[in-house]
Amino acid sequence: MAKRVGIEVSIALAEAVRLANVDVVAAFPITPQTHIIEHLSESIATGDLDANFIPVESEHAAMSCCCGSSAAGARTFTSSSSQGLMLMSEVLFIPGPLRLPIVMAVANRALSAPISIWNDHQDIMSQRDIGWIQTFAENGQEAFDLTLHAFRVAEDRRVSLPMIVNIDGFILSHVIEPIEILSQEEVDQYLPPFKPVYRLDPRRPITMGPVGIPEVYTEARMAHSEAIKASKRVIIQGWKEFAELFGRQYNPVETYHSEDADILLITMGSISETAMTAIDTMRDKGQKVGLVRIRLWRPFPGPEFRKAVGKVKALAVVDRCLPPGATAGPVGTELRSLFYKVPSAPKIFNFIAGLGGRDVTVKRFEEMVDKTKAYIKKRPKELYEVIGVREK
Amino acid sequence: MANTDAIVGWKTITFGCHVLEPGSSAKFRTGDWRSQRPVLDKEKCIKCGMCWIFCPDMAYSRTEDGYFEANMEYCKGCGICAHECPKDAITMAPEE
Repeated sequence: MAKRVGIEVSIALAEAVRLANVDVVAAFPITPQTHIIEHLSESIATGDLDANFIPVESEHAAMSCCCGSSAAGARTFTSSSSQGLMLMSEVLFIPGPLRLPIVMAVANRALSAPISIWNDHQDIMSQRDIGWIQTFAENGQEAFDLTLHAFRVAEDRRVSLPMIVNIDGFILSHVIEPIEILSQEEVDQYLPPFKPVYRLDPRRPITMGPVGIPEVYTEARMAHSEAIKASKRVIIQGWKEFAELFGRQYNPVETYHSEDADILLITMGSISETAMTAIDTMRDKGQKVGLVRIRLWRPFPGPEFRKAVGKVKALAVVDRCLPPGATAGPVGTELRSLFYKVPSAPKIFNFIAGLGGRDVTVKRFEEMVDKTKAYIKKRPKELYEVIGVREK
Repeated sequence: MANTDAIVGWKTITFGCHVLEPGSSAKFRTGDWRSQRPVLDKEKCIKCGMCWIFCPDMAYSRTEDGYFEANMEYCKGCGICAHECPKDAITMAPEE
């Protein structure tokens, strides 16, 4: 039976990986992902987990090892963050089109320069188009559950794609929360053994990763892109079955007081809990505000998102990434594109907040809602705005 | 490139763009990339096989009379054989 314990989120996530009974962990430690990898290394050393731990010389090597082990048919896990993810970048684009179902936890952290070990989403947003399925966890329980879900979905033969579970560095990764840890029997019930569609086997040789000459490259990339889109059905089914077994229901997007709202905050990750507190405070003052939280980032759940926002007047979209020279943050851009020329589309205002570990407080959310109210009446000069930035 | 064997649609391309048949590269004719062809002067050739050893495409094979001949379906015309021939028995002639 499942046991509810007070546990650090990183350790709980590592426990999910142990319960998934992975075969290979290839990883390089980097703050704030370190505890995940440390715990797995320890579990393997003590014999609690029967797997190979590859202590690689870099993140580039980590992802290369993961591609090899997944291609050989091993259930494979890694984890990284920030500068480590950047070093991994070249290889990150490879397992998607090769259909290798590696699972990775990313403890989201800012990027240099200046050097910052603290939380925002700039690392993963720079890797937005690597062609992995990507989810964002809000709390520790979700980090645990989404990790098991990731193995289940990634390895489903209809999907066979790599998958990332994003958790906010420190704010989520290092927090101790009461988390229900499922038993081995329960996990085994949910997660079948990994049976790859193809694997490298000297007795039945195949080539993975050949050159894509101009006559086939477009078709190969299209096939991958369509596979990502088609995976949404299996992702949702995986959550449905999780709910049937363990009672916790997850959806591509979640709503909070959205039904009668005039303004909706749009968030991803752990700041959503602060946003809900802010909404409670504002509702007490009679303001009609609500929240839509994006859990599934890739493939982007367009129809689910449109349904969730309904006929609301305006969206206050929060981005935790400032792309220099762009028209808006990545989530803001995504949503403006989604609603372009849609009749009765909401007005979209984009706020950049919480960079490099700066807290996004209840007050900041209230500020965004106040600004949104003003912008509905009078359009702002800029397409996005950095919240809480000092000028002098 | 004139090769049309590889033309497939995105719905029919192999899973992961894998090549499922071992040794299938033999089916990929690279000879039409060629702008020059090697021409052998049998008077000079000593049948040493240096062309056969150095050919990066393994296009050369030994014929019954002991000479080495490049298969024009695979020879890309790189000229390495002509460069390596110790007797200058191979010259590169423009492909018509």
